[in-house]
Amino acid sequence: MATNSNFEKYKSNGTLLGSVLEWIDARFPATSLWKAHLSEYYAPKNFNFWYYFGSLALLVLVIQVVTGIFLAMNYKPDAALNAAGLPFAFASVSYIMNDVDWGWLIRYMHSTGASAFFIVVYLHMFRGMLYGSYRKPRELIWIFGILIFLCLMAEAFMGYLLPWGQMSYWGAQVIVNLFSAIPLIGDPLSLWIRGDFVIGDATLNRFFAFHVIAVPLALIGLVVAHLLALHEVGSNNPDGIEIKKVTNEKGIPLDGIPFHPYYTVKDIVGVAVFLAFFSIVVFFVPEGGGYFLEYNNFFPADPMKTPEHIAPVWYFTPFYSMLRAMVWNFFWLEAKFWGVVAMGGGVAILALLPWLDRSPAKSIRYRGPIYKTLLAIFVFCFLVLGYLGTKVPGFYLFGYQPATNPDGSIIFNPLNYLLSGDLIAQAFTVYYFLFFLTMPWWSKIDKCKPVPERVTWK
Amino acid sequence: MSDQGKMDCGRRRLIVATATVGGVGVAATAVPFVASMLPSERAKAAGAPVEADISKLGPGQMMVVEWRGKPVWILRRTPEMLETLPQLNGELADPESTKQQQPKYCANAARAIKPELFVTIGICTHLGCSPSSKFKPGASEGMSADWKGGFLCPCHGSTFDFAGRVFKEKPAPTNLEIPPHRYLSDTRILIGEDTQGA
Repeated sequence: MATNSNFEKYKSNGTLLGSVLEWIDARFPATSLWKAHLSEYYAPKNFNFWYYFGSLALLVLVIQVVTGIFLAMNYKPDAALNAAGLPFAFASVSYIMNDVDWGWLIRYMHSTGASAFFIVVYLHMFRGMLYGSYRKPRELIWIFGILIFLCLMAEAFMGYLLPWGQMSYWGAQVIVNLFSAIPLIGDPLSLWIRGDFVIGDATLNRFFAFHVIAVPLALIGLVVAHLLALHEVGSNNPDGIEIKKVTNEKGIPLDGIPFHPYYTVKDIVGVAVFLAFFSIVVFFVPEGGGYFLEYNNFFPADPMKTPEHIAPVWYFTPFYSMLRAMVWNFFWLEAKFWGVVAMGGGVAILALLPWLDRSPAKSIRYRGPIYKTLLAIFVFCFLVLGYLGTKVPGFYLFGYQPATNPDGSIIFNPLNYLLSGDLIAQAFTVYYFLFFLTMPWWSKIDKCKPVPERVTWK
Repeated sequence: MSDQGKMDCGRRRLIVATATVGGVGVAATAVPFVASMLPSERAKAAGAPVEADISKLGPGQMMVVEWRGKPVWILRRTPEMLETLPQLNGELADPESTKQQQPKYCANAARAIKPELFVTIGICTHLGCSPSSKFKPGASEGMSADWKGGFLCPCHGSTFDFAGRVFKEKPAPTNLEIPPHRYLSDTRILIGEDTQGA
């Protein structure tokens, strides 16, 4: 096998640069990595705009890591009060905003980046559902992706505690207390997570450590695994067919084009458009109307008083709605525990998708009316669950309020049920889970169109 | 080794034994790291009792003192507030305070040592938010028209009466917790320690 060593394969073209590269290639797989993952990685030629969101997620990861490093230079994870009576952590964030040169920009990039991360990741995951990108042989890519999504949620949750505002404090209080709902080990577990009997300095310090070291390391490792698995089996495409089935005499897929330069250049267009939107938010609406940065978080954490209305940041609200939808005690376990199960299950069930989907066609282009209809309802339910998660319990849609008799009892009206946010959240949570759990049955009987041999390309 | 396609059982036993000992070592090494995340000695030692001066607390007024990082409410209940308590028994999850959420000396109808002075930890037993005061009866504070006054948790909507007893069909599983406390004098309460500790 000696003839296949990099020393034999990659010879200098006689220039100085070529000789340097030859020296490196004999010692490190530089050229072979470049070829395997970029210049000779053949991606289907029919990618559409949905395929921007993977590379954009990578871009946002870089933005978050870089801005995060510079924020950590001035941020102090300390819950003690300074001479002015403000917690050091809270004061250090306003110091970054007001006194550090360009600190406001770096911080707004980081806070906007958190929301942008979830926007591109949700769209990236939806792309997978449109074109069946999770189907065999790409199950592990999908599972690594779900793990990335989980890491991202942990990263966002722990990062949100750091400014030590009212929403930071009470949001963390509620979420950490969720763990106490687990039977037997719940209370010691939430005590262990907090490191104190209440959310305090110990919690802030460990969340900082996890947010800047542990979770980013895991995240980057998973991204590498996600890409390695992708490049092992090759990319799916909007037609949901395998381009490796039709190759030329060299074994190169006829419908494939090298990732570099074709898709690197195409992705630059996506990056430009993304950065335009990103900049509009960073420079003109950094608070995102209270959705990206919640107004209650501009008040320092006060363990004595909960704000009148607390809700998680928008990207958690669909799952938060599922948590709140569980109000019944089943078996011997209280509703609180089932809320946690619904919330965790809502994410975990995504990982089963490769095995729940039994459709003969992968892509929505060739799938039947059942999938198209149910998927549209699924998206609608998910969005409404997200909207309701930002609202208080007992919320009614469209400003409706049930009429009451003088004695306070509620007058019957079907709208009391149809417009009740709580009941809608319960119904849509049921739909969310039934969509997945009944998929093996309806995906099999759906009337699919014949799938082409080659990708379609206008 | 694979010359005759036979396995060297002695060597395999050694490999298994080495891997097992190594695994035990790794698990043992994890103990100090996991344990370091438990509350430290200092955190455990904190939580000394705190004293509250209630001489300036008027009827219907509530004060908040911090004990072990948690808000402790002291509410001087008016006769009207106390009158609401027996009327609500049918609507409450645990009107008789049977669950161990209070010291024995507070397991009574008013859940207090002195009926007019109500001392409780102001943390919702659902997920730990601090409920807001909704003292005025009726719909004036955004509550239902038959509301008799009490507390509303802003996070998930649990409601409590003037004795911190939770209403039925609310997310909070139990009544508000009453801390150990005792009277040092008529105007001073010690929170965090009762007569047994003195």
